[in-house]
Amino acid sequence: MRKQKELIGLLALRVSILFAVISFLAILIFISIKGFKVLNIGFLLEVPKDGMTKGGIFPAIIGTLYLSIGTVIFALPLGVLSAIYLIEYAKHKGLTKTIRIGVDALAGVPSVVFGLFGLAVFVKLFNFGVSILSGALTLGIMILPVIIKASEEAILAVPKEFKEASFAVGATKWQTITKIVFPTALPGIITGTILGIGRAAGETAPILFTAVTFYQRLLPHSILDEVMALPYHIYALMTEGTASEYQVPIAYGTAVVLLGLVMSINFIAILIRIRGRRAKKW
Amino acid sequence: MVNHKIIAKNLNLWYGNSPCLKNINISIPENAVTAIMGPSGCGKSTLLRVFNRLNDLIDGTRITGEVLLDEQDIYKDMKDVFSLRKKVGMVFQKVNPFPKTIFENVVYGLKIHGWKDKAKIEKQVQKSIIDVGLWDEVKDCLHKNAFSLSGGQQQRLCIARAIAIEPEVVLFDEPCSSLDPISTAKIEQLMEELKEKYTIIIVTHNLQQAARVSDYTAFMLLGELIEFSETNQMFTTPKDKRTENYLTGKFG
Repeated sequence: MRKQKELIGLLALRVSILFAVISFLAILIFISIKGFKVLNIGFLLEVPKDGMTKGGIFPAIIGTLYLSIGTVIFALPLGVLSAIYLIEYAKHKGLTKTIRIGVDALAGVPSVVFGLFGLAVFVKLFNFGVSILSGALTLGIMILPVIIKASEEAILAVPKEFKEASFAVGATKWQTITKIVFPTALPGIITGTILGIGRAAGETAPILFTAVTFYQRLLPHSILDEVMALPYHIYALMTEGTASEYQVPIAYGTAVVLLGLVMSINFIAILIRIRGRRAKKW
Repeated sequence: MVNHKIIAKNLNLWYGNSPCLKNINISIPENAVTAIMGPSGCGKSTLLRVFNRLNDLIDGTRITGEVLLDEQDIYKDMKDVFSLRKKVGMVFQKVNPFPKTIFENVVYGLKIHGWKDKAKIEKQVQKSIIDVGLWDEVKDCLHKNAFSLSGGQQQRLCIARAIAIEPEVVLFDEPCSSLDPISTAKIEQLMEELKEKYTIIIVTHNLQQAARVSDYTAFMLLGELIEFSETNQMFTTPKDKRTENYLTGKFG
């Protein structure tokens, strides 16, 4: 009887993991088969042609790249500094608890709400217009909780013996944080940030009203220009235009590129984490 | 006449509401090794951390009484805790080099205290590593990670890090508790050499170690200083019954 229970339990575990793996593989294979037809070097390096029925997705790749970089420039320093403050300086227990709840709540806000917020604040109020800047700021706020959490965990994982040793030679708190705590926590912070970028690069809703345009022949010249972006390009190809027999394969091709991009980003994060763990000897 | 480097008068310390040190009076002789021994939880590490104010890092620590370093009250007269810690270095129980290179570990304190001249810095780093007897072992790999060294070498590196800024007192908090006997012997011998230049205080719960390395020994129990005298005298003719019981292994 006990043995049977064990067998049933093990079976449930196996079925679950199988389901997860199969789902992932199914997405990968299905999207690849559908999108494979249009994939070639030209697809990556050309602009869309003939009313989105031919050509490539180069501007969308560049747009997503710009948006991601902008997001990091904004969210990384803000997230790291917030985490340092929360862990090393915030004295008042009630206040930090409230801030943490706020950060958690921010993480749970649906992405389209960030989009509306970005539209109201960055596009309209600050008058940045529909632009890389507005989109990057919106995405930045969205991934801020990811970066804060990752940074907090990385900072907490720094052994207190390192800090004590630094204080013991007469270092100030700020010196200890900048010279010991931050460098030691950096691999963890970077990993978290990259995972955040992966999320930002794949989102449609936050940039829908703040950054993207359906079609752009020239690449953006400044951060106040609007851009094309991979996730929105898929959305647009599937919902707008009339020549769906040409557009749908391009959409799947774009999905392959986006999937490849996001997976490579996550892969880099994993590599850095593995390297960090290997270098960690304490 | 023995010169006293550190003098604690009527020292009391609480963590929150629990008393940790009770009315401690002790005078630490200069250029000698003073051992503080006692069972776990007797407050010996806490007392050690009073001398460089590392207890300040723990919220809710409260202190009364006086602690004088060269007649200056380290809690009231010194302008800040950083200049105190420049004079009073520390070596820890858990061997804790920074995750940086050997060179960077030793140079750390110098940079903190504003050393700029490259040639001077390099000379000082070399001198510190020589002083801890590590130079021949690491001179060809100064820019390797400190964790590539053995445990005993790492601890000697930590001592080099502490003495690079030329403190006057060096505190050792059970420095050998995670080391093998050979590394322990090296550290003990090193303390013998270092006391020419520095005043050394070592916390240990290893009686033999206290007997071997120290000139003076303090015995603590439950936050009180039970007995303080020359090491020879304490180990041969302890004055207090509790010291005798501890030394003869009746409790530990």
